[in-house]
Amino acid sequence: MQQIINFVIRNKNFLLYLFLLFIALGFTVQSHSYHQSRFFNSSNWITGSVYETFNGFSTYFGLSEENAKLVEENKRLRKLLFNGQKETLSSLDSTQLIYTITTGQVVKNSYAEPRNYITINRGIKDSVFPDMGVITEKGILGIVENTSGSYASVQSILNEKSRINAKLKNTEHFGSLVWDTQRYNVVQLVDIPRLVPLTVGDTIVTGGMSSIFPGNIPIGTIQKFDLDTANSLYSIDVRLFNDMTNIKNVYIIDNNDRKEILELEAATVNEQ
Amino acid sequence: MNNNYFVNIIRFVLLILVQVLVFNRLNFFGFINPMVYILFLYWFPIKENRAAFIGLSFLLGLFIDLFSDTMAIHAASTVTIAYIRPAIMRFVFGVNIEFQSFRLSNTTRAQQFTFLALLIIVHHAVFFTLEIFSFANILLILKKVVAIGAASIILCLLFNSLFSAKKE
Repeated sequence: MQQIINFVIRNKNFLLYLFLLFIALGFTVQSHSYHQSRFFNSSNWITGSVYETFNGFSTYFGLSEENAKLVEENKRLRKLLFNGQKETLSSLDSTQLIYTITTGQVVKNSYAEPRNYITINRGIKDSVFPDMGVITEKGILGIVENTSGSYASVQSILNEKSRINAKLKNTEHFGSLVWDTQRYNVVQLVDIPRLVPLTVGDTIVTGGMSSIFPGNIPIGTIQKFDLDTANSLYSIDVRLFNDMTNIKNVYIIDNNDRKEILELEAATVNEQ
Repeated sequence: MNNNYFVNIIRFVLLILVQVLVFNRLNFFGFINPMVYILFLYWFPIKENRAAFIGLSFLLGLFIDLFSDTMAIHAASTVTIAYIRPAIMRFVFGVNIEFQSFRLSNTTRAQQFTFLALLIIVHHAVFFTLEIFSFANILLILKKVVAIGAASIILCLLFNSLFSAKKE
């Protein structure tokens, strides 16, 4: 017994080191699986408020550019509104709508790591919950992974864990959008069969099959494609419409039918 | 003594803020984000309690992790260099560190540089191995360790010469 105690006292620094290292590795391994990174994300109030405070200063430098972007988007939406059918206005009854939109601002962005997360200044208080889609005026950005009172951390599409349903705009063939962690303006579309006709410059949009994003949200254009002859599937490089390095205003999409869709899907799987 | 604690607390907070608000957003050449918070371990007094030093380093890493959404890999790599710091010092400064009068500012430039460089290289090697977590990408790991390590060393040297000159 005496020897054991002596051993512990003699090696207390080493044991402390091992203990702390295992804690750190434990947290790391645990958060590799989806939805487990609950404590280690920048959506908690300490980091959220620090980022928001300092973001307040830097926001001023980009105000005119941001305004130009928003006016441009308003112009596009007005054009749609004036040229569309008249019934769109009368159907804006909020109980009938499938999707509700919340606006928010990015307080922390990253794009240089293999797993990038974006923090936005909307949280549970603004009814933002995990698994909501986040887009900008140009295209998709990611999916909400964790929320706190007034902040949410968004798993960016520039994240090796990200997998988003996407399709070709003109042929409706769908695949999965992934990222190979190499370049911040290029993502990969996989699982497109070889019989699909492709050309460089084709537009890729969201597929609308995931209950997170509505269909036809722009993503990017085809930059390059290779045929994997072993599997007869294409691997496609998609250049993003979004400049992932310069994002300020975002829209958070909530699908009001999501619960119903998930219940139906779960029930169907159970019956089999 | 009291003054010493105070200085270390200020350093702790300022280095975290500088790291997450400035250097984590640098993205030089698209991927180079130097890690200047390692200076905390470089500057930390040698004769302080070693267990407290390891604990503090863990906390430092953990705070950086919270801000940069990197799970706990900053904490793991920082606690590693905190643990092996005495070994590195013995390697670089030899028996000199046993003397009561030993001070970092009394050593030669080359020794200071080697000490800092070894801290940074070990830290970055552990960090990027954990971040990428596959030996298939060993070239990518090496590339990141060399490129980001060089950037970290240059910036840490600059900070070191800026902020520790008046100790002489």
